[in-house]
Amino acid sequence: MAEFINSFLFPDQPDHWIGVLITALIHVVMIINVIAVGALVFIWMERKVSGRIQDRLGPTRVGGKFGWLQTLADGLKLVAKEDITPGQADSFLFKLAPYLSFTASFCAFIALPFASGYSWSSGWAAREVNTGVFFVLAVLGLEVFGVILAGYASGSKWSLFGGMREAAQVVSYEVPLGLCVIIPVMLAGSMNLVTIGDMQEGLFTNWFLFHDPFTFCVFWVYFTCAMASVNRAPFDLAEAESELVAGFHTEYSGLRWSIFFMAEYGSMFLVSALAAILFFGGWNGPFPVFATLASALGWEAWPTTGLLGYVAGLAGVANILFKGVVGVTVMIWVRWTLPRLRIDQVITMCWKYCVPIAAVCFAGALFWQYNNIWFLNSLHPARSRAEVRENWSVNELQLLTPSALHEVGESDMAKGIENEAGGQI
Amino acid sequence: MATQIDDQRIIEFDVRTDEMLVNMGPQHPSTHGVLRLVLRTDGEIVSEVTPHLGYLHRCAEKIGENLTPRQWIPYTDRMDYLAGMNMNLGWALCVEKLLQHDLSEKAKHLRVIICEMGRIASHLVGMGAYGLDLGTFSPFLYAFRERERILDLFEEVCGARLTYSYITPGGATADLPKGWLQKCEQFLDQFQPIIAEYHALLTTNAIFIKRTCDIGVLTPEMAIDFGCTGPVLRGSGVDYDLRRDGEERYTEMYDGYAFEVICQKDGHYPKDHQYPAVPKDAVLGDCWHRFYVRMLEVIQSMDLVRQAMDRYSVASGDWGVPIKLATKLPPGDVYLETEAPRGQMGFYLVSNGGNIPWRVRARSSSFCNLSVCPEICKGVPIADIPAIVGSLDIVMGEIDR
Amino acid sequence: MAGGDGLLSKLKSKFGDQIVGANLEAIDPWIEISPDALVEVSRFVRDDAALKLEMLNCITAVDWLEVDPKKAAKAGFEPHLEMVYHLSSISKRHTLVLKVKLPRWKDGVEGEAPECPSVSSVWSTADWHERETYDLSGVIFTGHPNLRRILCPEDWVGYPLRKDYQMPLEYHGIRGR
Repeated sequence: MAEFINSFLFPDQPDHWIGVLITALIHVVMIINVIAVGALVFIWMERKVSGRIQDRLGPTRVGGKFGWLQTLADGLKLVAKEDITPGQADSFLFKLAPYLSFTASFCAFIALPFASGYSWSSGWAAREVNTGVFFVLAVLGLEVFGVILAGYASGSKWSLFGGMREAAQVVSYEVPLGLCVIIPVMLAGSMNLVTIGDMQEGLFTNWFLFHDPFTFCVFWVYFTCAMASVNRAPFDLAEAESELVAGFHTEYSGLRWSIFFMAEYGSMFLVSALAAILFFGGWNGPFPVFATLASALGWEAWPTTGLLGYVAGLAGVANILFKGVVGVTVMIWVRWTLPRLRIDQVITMCWKYCVPIAAVCFAGALFWQYNNIWFLNSLHPARSRAEVRENWSVNELQLLTPSALHEVGESDMAKGIENEAGGQI
Repeated sequence: MATQIDDQRIIEFDVRTDEMLVNMGPQHPSTHGVLRLVLRTDGEIVSEVTPHLGYLHRCAEKIGENLTPRQWIPYTDRMDYLAGMNMNLGWALCVEKLLQHDLSEKAKHLRVIICEMGRIASHLVGMGAYGLDLGTFSPFLYAFRERERILDLFEEVCGARLTYSYITPGGATADLPKGWLQKCEQFLDQFQPIIAEYHALLTTNAIFIKRTCDIGVLTPEMAIDFGCTGPVLRGSGVDYDLRRDGEERYTEMYDGYAFEVICQKDGHYPKDHQYPAVPKDAVLGDCWHRFYVRMLEVIQSMDLVRQAMDRYSVASGDWGVPIKLATKLPPGDVYLETEAPRGQMGFYLVSNGGNIPWRVRARSSSFCNLSVCPEICKGVPIADIPAIVGSLDIVMGEIDR
Repeated sequence: MAGGDGLLSKLKSKFGDQIVGANLEAIDPWIEISPDALVEVSRFVRDDAALKLEMLNCITAVDWLEVDPKKAAKAGFEPHLEMVYHLSSISKRHTLVLKVKLPRWKDGVEGEAPECPSVSSVWSTADWHERETYDLSGVIFTGHPNLRRILCPEDWVGYPLRKDYQMPLEYHGIRGR
């Protein structure tokens, strides 16, 4: 994209920094919009869903029907509120904390692809990182710093408790979360989120969720851990309103408080979208509409570039957004149904249940993959673009013996470095 | 499993932490009003709890010394404001005891209907608010959905939804309106199947069981020693209910009614086959049992209301005529306790022969129930404090009076 | 009443002169004991196999004082403070009322709260009830572990449930009237 912009501004310098900057700004604006509009929708949805769960209507008035502008009205109210910094608080850190939280949530979106791009080389991500899974998890894990900082800097004992709990909880849950995520990574043989998504092309039976019984199990572990790591009930111990007043954000008001919420809803969507990519085929719908259409029209394949390619890409975006929203809805549903666990029970659950289950599932999935045992994935195997792009052949993939794996890994690595060097932004 | 640090030295020497004093309340979401608990905490473990009361103190007893018994009734409403009818009843019976005033059959059955409905309404809030304490919001609103319908019924009876002042010495201020019994019956029929929902959302919910079983265990001896009454006492397995064991003047209201005291005897609850089984982690006297007793009492009260409605519709006599405002009270003193939803609510009335009492005293159940809290809150995590205090189901209006 | 008519003679034979009076005809029959014997009698009625009064329901202090000097002459009582203990037994399902007479002020000095032995060692629930009585009626319970005001603020002056109590006109800048 930078080259594209520079071709207008500096035709002779395709890598000129102005083009790169403009490109980056466009991406940033788009991602901020995803998070902000996402938060807007999710908060409205949370109120609406919780209302329906509780035999209420939820917001009904603002914006005409269904109160769909309620969040905006709330946002205006929050902006208009007085920005209070408690006298006891460490003013600088107190103000820094929400931004830190938000930045972490935001940065994780950089590597999140929304569609495979339908060209052989790139996905629809702000920056396609070939260790995307690792990047997203690592950066998302930084969100906890904002919360700990808020707890520490607020000068309130309740906030301190919230921050302490958050530290204990999130650090613990990073472990099973990582273990769960490793399984699709292992199955795909890549950390690139675009590759992982593309590997699940075709019918919905090709989703990693249906790769073997272990991946099916591990998805639930992943979802539990994801809820814990983004602080959703029943793991919302850091805010635990019946115990810690409001936990880490007790002392926050107005816009600063809402920034925490944007971060929370952003992370919620992020982990849901990640679940969609890792287990639910990402941007691939349950049925390969465009491939079927192409073959019906007598084409060899659906064009991956040009207008038609974009149509397919947009359909992919719609797919992943839908899957992410479903994930968020489930989180909302769970929140309004279950009581909260106690901190020791949360940690127990992490170390005594989630970690061992994830580890066993990892071993099981490895066994399944190594022996190439039949499961739903084998029903309609699709030739994946990822294999073409990553320079693997179907034969190689099926013969993934350790030695073959080694070779593939090396060639993959070489290709990866090449791709990286090619550098498209 | 309750997390308890048996050996304080472990904290002392291995972790080296400082103790911290935390104020829980009076503005805290889960202290049920304006209770202030000062927690001495060591990390997440609470080593000492000191309740501070009085934020809602209105000195109702002093006011009672300046009003005639009927004028004081609205003040009893505001004690346990979630069960105003039962408070009215306690005071009305106390005054009637001093006056040696006997009621007709019909008035007694009317009182049973109203008070047992009040008990359902009160336990619904207790149940919903307990869910809130444990971090689930929806059961609270479900409970209020049902409570609203009871309040609608009460509104039809006396025009008020919270502070009824309906039951007065001598009977009640009005008879039940026409068609009320049918509406009440209809409500009970619709409410009965919904209770299974509450059991699914709370009583048998795995997280709920984890949060309440073996937490805040109150032994029967301790419960009696601290004067705990009502569901708190029965949750500890003490078979005592004033509706059966109380004074003649109170128990005669329930003469001939079929009901069993809800408490665990010989390892099971009465009729327990109809209700979810006791989880194996639950220990008699823990938060779960206190909650469970309340849930079963709701069902029992529905049964009592049904029985009372049958009797009321065929009973002879008047529904009761309130005593005159300026009735002279004979000299003497009487004390009478009734079984309010939260425990035994006692009123003590001293008269020197005038028409206003010389001294009025209200013995509130929540006051005594709360006094056990510093004992059972020792060495539990902070998260269990709302669970324990919530299971005592206190109402600050009654504690501070 | 617990123990029937035999109770009074039983208590009298055990505690002698400490049982000051009784009214078994009243609606709630009561036995009056002297303050000095309160703790022993309480312990006895709690532990006695026939009485088993394990529960202390209520502690009340009644201030007997006619404030109106015109009525005081024919009031029919000397100014005094009466402690009323309502006891009940859960296992035996009976009740008992104990009364203790105290002077309104210690040694007749206005403002000096009278003393009464604390029964909080007998029934734990007495702890808070006695604090409340101290707070509102002004009785100092000797031997109480933590005798502080419970309902009124710690720096409140006076005992509101005394008949001659005057509401303060101002409390920390808040108007009292």
